[in-house]
Amino acid sequence: MSRRIAPYLLLAPGAIWLLLFFVVPLYYMGELSLNSGVFGAYEFSWNWSNYSDALSLYDSQFVRSFLYAGLATMFALLLAYPLAYTIAFKAGRWRNVLLFAVVAPFFTTYLIRTLAWETILSDQSPVVSVLDFLGLAPEGHVLATAGAVIAGLTYNFLPFMVLPIYASLERIDVRLIEAGKDLYASATQTFLRVTLPLSAPGVVAGTLLTFIPASGDYVNAQFLGSASNQMIGNVIQSLYLKQSDYPAAAALSFVLMALILVAVLIYIRFAGTEALMGEEAAG
Amino acid sequence: MTAEASTGSRAWQWLRDHAVSIVGVLVVLYMLIPIAVIFFFSFNDPAGRYNFTWVGFTLDHWTNAFGIPELNEALITSLKLAVLATVISTAVGTLMALALVRHEFFGRRATNFLIVIPMATPEVVMGAALLSFFLILGTFSLGFQTLLIAHVMFCISFVVVVVRSRLIGFDRNLEEAAKDLGASPFETFRLVTLPLIMPGIFGAAMLAFALSIDDFVISNFNSGTTVTFPLYIFGAAQRGIPVEVNVIAMILFFFTVAAMGFATWQQRRAEKMASVRPDQESTLAVPAGASAAT
Repeated sequence: MSRRIAPYLLLAPGAIWLLLFFVVPLYYMGELSLNSGVFGAYEFSWNWSNYSDALSLYDSQFVRSFLYAGLATMFALLLAYPLAYTIAFKAGRWRNVLLFAVVAPFFTTYLIRTLAWETILSDQSPVVSVLDFLGLAPEGHVLATAGAVIAGLTYNFLPFMVLPIYASLERIDVRLIEAGKDLYASATQTFLRVTLPLSAPGVVAGTLLTFIPASGDYVNAQFLGSASNQMIGNVIQSLYLKQSDYPAAAALSFVLMALILVAVLIYIRFAGTEALMGEEAAG
Repeated sequence: MTAEASTGSRAWQWLRDHAVSIVGVLVVLYMLIPIAVIFFFSFNDPAGRYNFTWVGFTLDHWTNAFGIPELNEALITSLKLAVLATVISTAVGTLMALALVRHEFFGRRATNFLIVIPMATPEVVMGAALLSFFLILGTFSLGFQTLLIAHVMFCISFVVVVVRSRLIGFDRNLEEAAKDLGASPFETFRLVTLPLIMPGIFGAAMLAFALSIDDFVISNFNSGTTVTFPLYIFGAAQRGIPVEVNVIAMILFFFTVAAMGFATWQQRRAEKMASVRPDQESTLAVPAGASAAT
């Protein structure tokens, strides 16, 4: 009897908190997104036009959000994989030091880190001179361009990519990799047919953990971008906090959530087969 | 000539063999660059209000780190908020993790879903949803209490995930042993289970603290007129951020590093404790003798 209710008693405080302050607010926001009228006199009226307006007025910000987040996720993956691989297989006793370095950025405030990039990428900085010399900084600046926003996103969410990939690489049975070599596979073949598929779950988790927050982010666009680099997060926060156009902002939030959900589901369907291949390789 | 060519090709070989590690180390350096910038610019003596270009070295901002009243107030608010959010979310999240790992019950999948979904929701959506809720409901005035509600909410999921991973690797035999030796369920929990999962709980608490003190997006929606440390920085960004912000950021950084070091040390200790197994006769001899004596 007490064994039966014990789990519910343990769950109750946390579950109630999440239901009351996560699920219920989503419902309220849903209701708000169907309101019509002007500030101070909003009323519920099944006003679906908020949704069609959200998509037609802010389509460029949506496209930009997903484009920036997608590119940042790709760059993060390209940077994170070699690093995770180094930590898992090459670092030896330096492993903990490197792992610490990966999480170290979390110990300085997100906003300050982003502002540090504002310093690094400012027009007077040596980094920009070098980029300019290499022809990578048209007209001598980087700040207030799409490149700066994408670089900021890549940087800020990189640890979220490194850690899951590291976790999945670290779990790989080294004997499987050795078996590949024993069977005369080249280093590249072994990597492509054994290591990479086995680390697929980490890559999937990492891309999700990077893409989702990046597509909703507005701090990077605010500090590193210009007015023409605004993402959907910027619009939502400005509609909510500056213009008090709650119904439109609520509708936008739902569209953002729905689009992310669709993107994630498509990705998981596609990536699911990859992970399956990994399991085949393991078996 | 040939000798030179071979050293050349040997260097090339070395580069090829270590290419991945070299890239890895470069990426780590890239991750540390902004921290170095924050550190160096905490010693800057900027000419105007903007701390973006290096002017000259000064220790003034370190000796006067707490010289800006609004900044201190924001920092204190953030610390209070983070401590409270950490305590509540860690307690509540640990209980949830215990339920999920130790019990089979109806609604497990739904509970898991409830825990995962906040982590998969962009912060801006969570912030907006909570603000909608508070506005429509009208019972909570925006400020410290709404910030606390929000922070606990987004910390819970992370606490559950961390503590759960610790519980899964837990040797249940140790609890059985305690029960066999006549410990009550509560004693077993307090004397065996809790110390062993303590590193997990401590790690979860640290994560919750870090998430809370760093949160800007959700706080920005639900703060009302209350100002936290990140909100202060955001507000100051337009009119130029005082160098003291860099100093305080570095103090927080070193403080967290120290806490991390402590956590690692504790974890090692707990692992030593957990590795005390019956095959180590020397450690068993004393209790066995003691029980024989009674």
